[in-house]
Amino acid sequence: MTINAVEMKNISKSFGSVKANDSIDFSVKKGEIHCLLGENGAGKSTLVKILFGLYNKDQGQIKINNKPVKINNPAGAIKEKMGMIHQHFMLVDRFSIIENIIAGQEPTRTWGTSIDKKKAAVKVKEISQNFGFDLDPEALIENLSVGEQQRVEIMKALYREAEILILDEPTAVLTPQETEELFEIMESLKEDNKTIIFITHKLNETMEIADRITILRDGKKIGTVNKNDTTPQKLANMMVGREVLLDLEKSSKNPGKEIFSIKNLSYKNPVSGLELNEINISFKKGEIVGLAGVEGNGQLELEEIIAGLKAPDSGEILFNSQKITKVSTRERRNMGLAHIPSDRNKYGLVGNFSLAKNILLGSEWNPEFKNKFMIDFDYLNNYTDQILKEYDVRFSGKNSRASELSGGNQQKLIIGRELSRGAEFVLAAQPTRGVDIGAIEFIHRQLLKIREEDKAVFLISAELDELMSLSDRILVIYEGNIVARGKVEDFDQEELGLLMAGHSREER
Amino acid sequence: MAFNKNLKEILYSVAAIISALLLGALLIKLSGHSALKAYYYLFYGAFGSTYNIAQTFLKTIPLIFTGLAVAVGFQSGLFNIGAEGQLYLGAFAAALAAIIFSNLPGFILIPLALAAGALAGSLWAAVPGILRAKTGAHEVITTIMFNYIGILLTTFLLKNYFKEEGPVDQTKKIAEQARLPELVANTRLTWALFIAIFVIIIIYYLLNHTAYGYDLQLVGENINAAEYSGVDSDKVIINTMLLSGGIAGLAGSTMVLGVLHRFITNFSPGYGFTGIAVAVLGRNKPLGVLFAAFLFGILESGGMSMQLFAKIPADLMTIVQGLVILFVAAPSIFKILKNKSGIFRGDNS
Repeated sequence: MTINAVEMKNISKSFGSVKANDSIDFSVKKGEIHCLLGENGAGKSTLVKILFGLYNKDQGQIKINNKPVKINNPAGAIKEKMGMIHQHFMLVDRFSIIENIIAGQEPTRTWGTSIDKKKAAVKVKEISQNFGFDLDPEALIENLSVGEQQRVEIMKALYREAEILILDEPTAVLTPQETEELFEIMESLKEDNKTIIFITHKLNETMEIADRITILRDGKKIGTVNKNDTTPQKLANMMVGREVLLDLEKSSKNPGKEIFSIKNLSYKNPVSGLELNEINISFKKGEIVGLAGVEGNGQLELEEIIAGLKAPDSGEILFNSQKITKVSTRERRNMGLAHIPSDRNKYGLVGNFSLAKNILLGSEWNPEFKNKFMIDFDYLNNYTDQILKEYDVRFSGKNSRASELSGGNQQKLIIGRELSRGAEFVLAAQPTRGVDIGAIEFIHRQLLKIREEDKAVFLISAELDELMSLSDRILVIYEGNIVARGKVEDFDQEELGLLMAGHSREER
Repeated sequence: MAFNKNLKEILYSVAAIISALLLGALLIKLSGHSALKAYYYLFYGAFGSTYNIAQTFLKTIPLIFTGLAVAVGFQSGLFNIGAEGQLYLGAFAAALAAIIFSNLPGFILIPLALAAGALAGSLWAAVPGILRAKTGAHEVITTIMFNYIGILLTTFLLKNYFKEEGPVDQTKKIAEQARLPELVANTRLTWALFIAIFVIIIIYYLLNHTAYGYDLQLVGENINAAEYSGVDSDKVIINTMLLSGGIAGLAGSTMVLGVLHRFITNFSPGYGFTGIAVAVLGRNKPLGVLFAAFLFGILESGGMSMQLFAKIPADLMTIVQGLVILFVAAPSIFKILKNKSGIFRGDNS
């Protein structure tokens, strides 16, 4: 008889009127890597949070190793030999790896008066070697990369003798190389007969690492399949509930004249110390220029400088051959700049405003929306209805606030607002971050449509698939420098990944 | 849905007021008085006669202005605690204008004095506004400091330059034609009431129907999104402080032109600070402020008669006021606690 490491039966959980989990059955065999796949809001996180004791379920039973258990809090879950690695790490920056790992379970000397670090170090080293973590236990957390910090989190769970590991969207913060390294660790854990629950909404990762896959949609379980019996297309359709076009058709097209350009632009971020170094980019009509890079390599600074939110230290920005380096954000927007911001909640939306008032954002002084001194709400409401319809924004009620929309619909609202302003140059930063497959497909098509209309798009993204399928030209940014540039055909995914991680082209 | 939501908020406020009154009754009972008698005189004091009703409105007027001043600031994310100081500056400037230009006819002098008061309040609030926008100095600190400076400045100027002969620190009376006409004879309830309501309506339209009001609220809701969309948030912050201070200044000038007929040092029993409570109770909405100020007016004038006839200390009325605020503010406190505990949950795991 196979042992089910985890068996969840008939699990339901509601938040207010929303059924986050609706009678879900979910079982994981011992020693397998089981992918929990679904769009945002499908109920993946809720399900594992119930398993780990972070949420109380409304109904259902949980069995661990075929034995019924009651888990009321994370401590209870740890007792059942579970470990959870969250998206946001829970580490103390100023402590060493080993101090972080033993925190809360410090081995003490005989009288319990001081910490026996040596004893801990032996155990940590053992874990590190067995599973290929490749970390110096004395290193401080603040000096580690995101991928390394994640490994510390996994080691922490293993130190607490976890047999079942829950990884909540672990690859969202990783570079392609780091993802590969994580997968290697996962494989070696599997060889040691550990059980892994891996949450993701990325199809290619699922196909690479999973043994079995359970798909959730709208709080319901759609099915569990063996990796070998399925395809990415089938999985996508199950996730979204309809036929999804994974591949986009991009027409071949000659770019027109230059419309926007950045010349010798330099900037030093006074807080992080990151420096943009003599950046030169030219954008032509009817062209999508992609900027590839791991987050935090200067993309945000570049985005904010183009939008007029930050002033560069030196260099020039030209829009339609006009210098706009010192021009205000409002004027840039009036000249035809559209901006899909990388941080939609910080910049793109006002959560407490109605959808119509979010559509008005940036156009409130535009005579089109005014009736003498007053804002013409009748006109605005009609205009809003039109955009929401055209850009397929789904909302519950007429007076919904922006914060009540799902991430994908929020993004579609922003894109609808920005693209309907008749812009000439579209700055699209991480346009599909945290967005569902269905919405991604839609957003990609909108960007291609803009390209067809002979407008220029600057696509800043960390998603290689997205960059490869949309861009005409690609630039790679690493530590504030453009380290490579060329036509999209000149790159392959692996090479881009290496360049993003700071390897130069010759090194290969 | 929006209507339902507003209705819910109104119902909640009403429930909070009733709960506060019930708890207040318990306290009155515990302190050895009759709650029934107390509330009878409270009601009588507020509504028992034409004179009493006029007194209630009279107490309401300055609170409408100061409450609205604080609410406007809140809408833009600014905590203007300086309404008291702005009120004093406004009152002083209005009295001065009325005295200096006493030759002018009333229909010019009254608007002039009102405007002088609003302008003085504006300018007094502008300094913290500019400091906030340009240096990031928090307006809570600067407006509190400006209260002291403003109140003492008016006292200083009065004593040295404008004091009327006599034991009281006050200016001479303003000219007859500079006084606001009374609505009810011998009550000092004047046209100031209509000015207050008019300002409420103006601000309501400004906030809800103009691009200016949109930007003001936008900066309050999400200053990053404001900047992103092209709003100069520094300018909005300074303008909002000007507007807020101007309204607070009107509280002072209407007191001078309608009630006091002169400037007297330390005349305000803390209208500027009560304005904060009024704004909170009114949920920072103009119409909400109107009703909240009225409620406080009732508690003030009713509290006096409670003290007079039921022999209940006025402090108990202050306690009831405090309870009302506590109950109304409770949901936001609850929200904060809930968020906090959410963070703790994450930490545990």
